[in-house]
Amino acid sequence: MEPKKPQDRPDRREALKRIGAAAGVLAASAVVGKLAWDKGGFGVGEASGSRMMRSYRVAEPGQPADAELAIARAAGFKEGEEVTAEGLVAHALAAMGGMKKFVKRGDIVVIKPNIGWDRAPIHAANTNPDVVAAVIKEAFNAGAKKVVVADGSCNDPNRCYQRSGIWNKSYALGAEVVLPAEHRFRTMRMKGEVLDEWPVFTTLVEADKVINVPVAKHHNLAKYTAAMKNWYGVLGGRRNRLHQNIDTSIADLATFMSPTLVIVDAMRVLMRNGPQGGNIDDTRVMNTIIASVDQIAADALGCTLIGQHRDNLPYLKMGHDRGIGTMFYENLRVKEV
Amino acid sequence: MACGTSCGCGKAVSLAPKPTLADTELTRAGMHAGTELDLERISARSIADLGAHPSPIPWKGTIGIVPSLNAMLATEAQAVTASAAAASTASSSTASSSAASGGTADGVYRKSGGGGGDGGGAGTSKKKAKIDPKLPGSGIPARPIIRGLVWARRASQVGFFALFMYFLFQTGFRGSFTASSDTVVRLPLPVEGFLLADPFVSAMTVLSTHTVYRGLLWSVGMLALTLVFGRVFCGWICPFGTLHHFFGWILPSTKGRGAHRVEANKTHGYQRVKYYMMYAFLLAALFGSAVGGMFDPICVAVRSIGLGVIPAGQYVTGRGLNGLQTVHSQALQTGADHTQDFLAQTVWQSKQFYFHQTWLILSLLVAVLFMNRFIPRFWCRVLCPLGAFLGVFARFALFGMEKDHAKCTDCNLCLVNCQGADSPQGGVKHRQDECHMCMNCEAACPEDVIKFRFLPSRVSTITKPDLQRRTLLASAAAGAAYIPAARIADSLDVNYHSKVIRPPGAVEERAFLERCIRCAECMKVCPNNALHPAFLEAGVEGIWTPILIARVGYCEHSCVLCGQVCPTGAIQKITEKEKLGIGVAPVKIGTAFYDHGRCLPWSMQTPCIVCEEFCPTSPKAIWVEEVEAPVRDSKPGPNGEQPAMKTVKLQRPHVDPSLCIGCGACEKVCPVQDQPAVYITSVGESRSKTNVILLENTNYNQKT
Repeated sequence: MEPKKPQDRPDRREALKRIGAAAGVLAASAVVGKLAWDKGGFGVGEASGSRMMRSYRVAEPGQPADAELAIARAAGFKEGEEVTAEGLVAHALAAMGGMKKFVKRGDIVVIKPNIGWDRAPIHAANTNPDVVAAVIKEAFNAGAKKVVVADGSCNDPNRCYQRSGIWNKSYALGAEVVLPAEHRFRTMRMKGEVLDEWPVFTTLVEADKVINVPVAKHHNLAKYTAAMKNWYGVLGGRRNRLHQNIDTSIADLATFMSPTLVIVDAMRVLMRNGPQGGNIDDTRVMNTIIASVDQIAADALGCTLIGQHRDNLPYLKMGHDRGIGTMFYENLRVKEV
Repeated sequence: MACGTSCGCGKAVSLAPKPTLADTELTRAGMHAGTELDLERISARSIADLGAHPSPIPWKGTIGIVPSLNAMLATEAQAVTASAAAASTASSSTASSSAASGGTADGVYRKSGGGGGDGGGAGTSKKKAKIDPKLPGSGIPARPIIRGLVWARRASQVGFFALFMYFLFQTGFRGSFTASSDTVVRLPLPVEGFLLADPFVSAMTVLSTHTVYRGLLWSVGMLALTLVFGRVFCGWICPFGTLHHFFGWILPSTKGRGAHRVEANKTHGYQRVKYYMMYAFLLAALFGSAVGGMFDPICVAVRSIGLGVIPAGQYVTGRGLNGLQTVHSQALQTGADHTQDFLAQTVWQSKQFYFHQTWLILSLLVAVLFMNRFIPRFWCRVLCPLGAFLGVFARFALFGMEKDHAKCTDCNLCLVNCQGADSPQGGVKHRQDECHMCMNCEAACPEDVIKFRFLPSRVSTITKPDLQRRTLLASAAAGAAYIPAARIADSLDVNYHSKVIRPPGAVEERAFLERCIRCAECMKVCPNNALHPAFLEAGVEGIWTPILIARVGYCEHSCVLCGQVCPTGAIQKITEKEKLGIGVAPVKIGTAFYDHGRCLPWSMQTPCIVCEEFCPTSPKAIWVEEVEAPVRDSKPGPNGEQPAMKTVKLQRPHVDPSLCIGCGACEKVCPVQDQPAVYITSVGESRSKTNVILLENTNYNQKT
């Protein structure tokens, strides 16, 4: 074969190869373009269907005599007996038929205290660590396989978890403590009235049973907060915007999260300057625990601790109207112990 | 003179007195002057001497035993001058031989490599050293101690780099389950340790403040180490130096492996730049600014790795592992979660950190690493002011290198891996101030020329930096002039920038500039990502000094970690009580202001007060006023009428400037996302006597 000269035309094979290569690249780009074609437009998806719910409630408890709402107070202790958080929690749970009614052997139990603020237990801005510890013990005694403690804090989580004392006491009892790391949040659709899509702290919703352990305290905007408002800790993202419609967002969250049990810590109650507090003079020792299966009833009763009334708290009414509970706690089986 | 050796040629040798002791001393002395001229003279004479023999000169490239020379050496060995003479001949020959020709030399001429300090002598010929034929030149292996030291140096570099990175990973508060609620929040480790041991940082702050701040006393230890061993810090300890060493190794320079690389590792004039910079920075410090911290290698390392590499690594890892969450595999998702948990607990934090204009810091790191391609260890040789500072003190070092030029074959193997470009090769004087004490030269030397030892002969050593006096004076003057030049800009005395909000416990701005070395420890440790490197907010003098950007993060009320890690006292080590104002006035870093036009309750009749909720002081600096305000319905009325009016109850926030500490929590949480309706500025900061609002704080006589 003669060597090719520059002026030689490419032979047929060469020409076909070149044409084939060009055609192949064109075809490939056409396929990619077609597959990835964005036709534009905003494409806003409509929220549709019913509200999303995460219910961890247990089927109707066995004994009809068991309380649906129990209040444990210092008065329930014998003469000379020391009033402890552990004792109060035990009294309240006993009145409700015991923890075994709610937690089954092998359950993964998530405990959701309030670890929102960089405050010491004495400031009563977070759930009392002794109450959390008492609930963990009860859960383990009832046969829980794993107990997880977590909350989405407002201040630096490391500091909140440590300074609230909850990390220390929970870990000592063998509970798993999970910090609200960014990667633990995933966007979920709640389809609430004001809360549609939000990042949710997955640790708190991936469980067999969820026990809400809020602290009862004053809140400058919502007036009184405990059980229902505690679900703010489930959310990530820019939750500072929720305050524009705080009552509806609380109701939305309480609709989304139906806990197995609510145990309200009112050992020491922040009476003013809530929710963060910071001044011991703003707190009052009450040595009270309210346990309930109904988070609305728990808040309706709890608000009386700081001199509020259920009629002043719109989020109770909203929740009541949505049927997630009752604000008329006197309609429930209430026990005071 | 006739040829007196056993070759029997009997030829007259014109210029050929056998090397005598005096001669040897003479040639050595000549060589010690370090001039090429001397070498040439010697070689000319020796060649003439040797040229008398008909046999080929072995180091000229011919293989085989040369009995005549062998005999000549043997004869000389009997003389007192034996070994010295041998050395002299060897060296003289090499002056005319090519650099790599040593490899062809005959075994007979291989000298004993053992007995490091003995300096040769008749006895050495009897000692049979292990000669490795694979080694170039005479194949004399380096002393075992040197080979050991090279590995010790490598281990030390890896160890100190690992320690540095570990400290950097630990520069951040991670809560602990072992701590109870009243445990004081402090970092358990001295994570700023490398900075405390940094004599250049000490020198700058001593010049600017006339004091040695607390832990900086450790730097005296580093100075002591330098006075004994020279710049071992650079070669053995410095994590930034190790980084450059590493990059020079895995990405060797464009100079390749041959003569170009040897050339690149010779001493160059540009190495003086670091001295000029160092003196400029010291003069700037004397005139009141520790701006040299911008170039201190430890500061650069903390800043660029802590604010650039680590967050970037977290970003990439987060993206990758979050991507795994979309894969429908429980095992993969759990694995990704656990990996992220582990990394958050060990390497970074549980949230992504962002730093103001950190792209510049990271780009400069990449650039300076890339420069290794063109000038090996560019940073260490050309820019590093700490290296220069230690170089000045290396002249006093008790340990050092001496070399015996006479034995050098100019193979240049010492230069191949020379780190400091400090002239280890024969024919020129060693530059003690440039030497990193890496020991590569002695380890590589096949001829027993280079020796590291205590109290070495300094005859062939230049101990002081080789500087040009005028350039030195000019650069020092430039350093001194920099400060007034920077300060007559309006950034400090007048028109102080409202966004230059310094960390809590920071000293007054002038004192702050005297101390702040821009090491970024405070920014790295800040749990809320509140502290950032300034760009031009604080003037050109304030580049990379810490400022608080509340929109990214606020100052955590009970946190005093930035003061804990500050190595120079620019941020004082305040206690929680001092910061919160228990028993004393609280530390204020600024004051909050409302933009009523953007505030929801003020202008949009919408309830909010997240700012009040987050205000950490007690009593709260933000208080709310209960009002009833008219608001227009968004929907038009029936029959196209104007929309209806109604009244809403609102809480409108106000700031009490006497209680506000300027922490910025309100600004951080304000839901008006892009430009917040409440923001902090530096006015009211307790460290300043002039940047104040309130009359009662305007006290020029008060102590702080």
